[in-house]
Amino acid sequence: MNVNETQAMLYFTAEKMVESEPTLTALDQVIGDGDHGIGMQRGFAAVRQQLQDPAFQAHDIGDLFNQIGTKLMTTMGGASGAIFGTLFRAGGKSIPGETQLTSQVLATLLNQGWRAVHQRGQAKPGDKTMVDALAAAAQTAQAEATKPLDQALAAVAKAAMAGAEQTQTMIAVFGRAKNLGERALGHIDPGAMSMAYILTFMSDYVRHSARYT
Amino acid sequence: MRKPKKLLNHPDHVRREVMRGLTCAYNGQLTTLNDHCAVYRRNIAADQVIIVSGGGSGHEPTFAGFIGKGGIDACALGEVFTSPSPDQIIAVTQAAHTGQGVLFLYGNYAGDGMNFDIAAEILAESGIQTRTLRATDDIASAPPSRINDRRGVGGIMFLYKIAGSAAQYQHYNLTQLHTLTSKANQHTRTIGVALDGCALPQASRFNFELAEDEIEMGIGIHGEAGLSRQKMTSMDETVVEMVDRLCTDLPYQSGDRLCVAINNLGALSNTELLIAAGKVGQELDKRGIIIHDMVSGHFCTALEMAGFSISFLKLDAELQALYDMPCDTLGWRK
Repeated sequence: MNVNETQAMLYFTAEKMVESEPTLTALDQVIGDGDHGIGMQRGFAAVRQQLQDPAFQAHDIGDLFNQIGTKLMTTMGGASGAIFGTLFRAGGKSIPGETQLTSQVLATLLNQGWRAVHQRGQAKPGDKTMVDALAAAAQTAQAEATKPLDQALAAVAKAAMAGAEQTQTMIAVFGRAKNLGERALGHIDPGAMSMAYILTFMSDYVRHSARYT
Repeated sequence: MRKPKKLLNHPDHVRREVMRGLTCAYNGQLTTLNDHCAVYRRNIAADQVIIVSGGGSGHEPTFAGFIGKGGIDACALGEVFTSPSPDQIIAVTQAAHTGQGVLFLYGNYAGDGMNFDIAAEILAESGIQTRTLRATDDIASAPPSRINDRRGVGGIMFLYKIAGSAAQYQHYNLTQLHTLTSKANQHTRTIGVALDGCALPQASRFNFELAEDEIEMGIGIHGEAGLSRQKMTSMDETVVEMVDRLCTDLPYQSGDRLCVAINNLGALSNTELLIAAGKVGQELDKRGIIIHDMVSGHFCTALEMAGFSISFLKLDAELQALYDMPCDTLGWRK
């Protein structure tokens, strides 16, 4: 996928994330302070506007993700803004000059993004955060790096969703859910669900568009 | 089910309209960075370390309401219950700093920590030196063995007061200010209790609800769960439990001199707050603890949450001298 096609995919993803606000809010009202969905909606509405701007230009895939990350970080605030902003910015910076989004480029982006997110927030898999979805996605992306992009992305999205669902069995280490202790068992972490949604919408777009390899 | 009811213009405009209100209520003592939803104090002396805070809106007058003479210098306003973003913190720090260094002083929450850390990294590249102090006064949020994991809540007003006096009147340098504020933080403890939940401006239902005969002991200021959900009793019994927990945690002992804040979390009546204040006084008296000063009112709310918190600051000679200096902020005049 070239830069323009990737931009179209991310526009679609942003639109779908904005639409996901009620679901994410409902999840966060159970175990968080209720602002996660609203924050994601605010961030991705800003991304949607950024990508719609005729003056918007990305030199390459890395620059595209980096610019989106900066937009998320500056418009969202909160832990989510810092984390998702860091993921896109660090992921983007790890693939400078790439003009095609391939499965290998995706694997690098997710793995380097994960590393930066861990450095920023100290969360590791099992802590009931978005990292549970991201780590599963990054590992799968590496394993699928030689497959065509549509197949790799589908597997990555599936792994991320499974990772998000697994957070139901975890006791939180961060955020409000930490104070709930075992009371948060049985509930999905909203950040992990956001991570899984982002990859699912990217995958949906690629699957429903012309075949990309 | 009861629905939340708020008199607003638009839920998305809350933060900006809060900032506009702050600016009006401050009678021109604040400079506003509209593009970044941040404010700072006029007339910052050229030789002082500045104190920058920030956090989610919805806790008014915390955090920006403590800007002023003898208080903090600058503040970035996040969306309701959401930390500000790095560019807000960077912009207001760059606008207000004097070259003497910057103390970032805010509550210990993951989002605030990350966004202030990102800001500090970027500011360091432009030669602005920052040190960070995160308030950790909420005893309900982690046991003493994990004190650094505790949330910052209402007790942060004492840190603002002490740090503001030291920076503005006594010209502490950045290292001295950091050491002092850290000591004040170690001497500060808070516990809160809630009768019911609150609702975000955009939300059509409450974040949580308590049964008619229930209270939540140790609640956080975003509705975070506390120590236990328990049967509601009288104010006296509730206060006795809260004071017991506070005195056990530090501990505060006979002969100690304390400052006390009785803080409305939003929707309690002044009548209830004063009944609480009176009982706190009795309880401390019983223990031989001296009340140096007690304040009561809205300092760090959780939107409209019904409930209150009690904060203690234990004084030593240095803290007492700084505490006794005047302050002129929206949230606290002395």
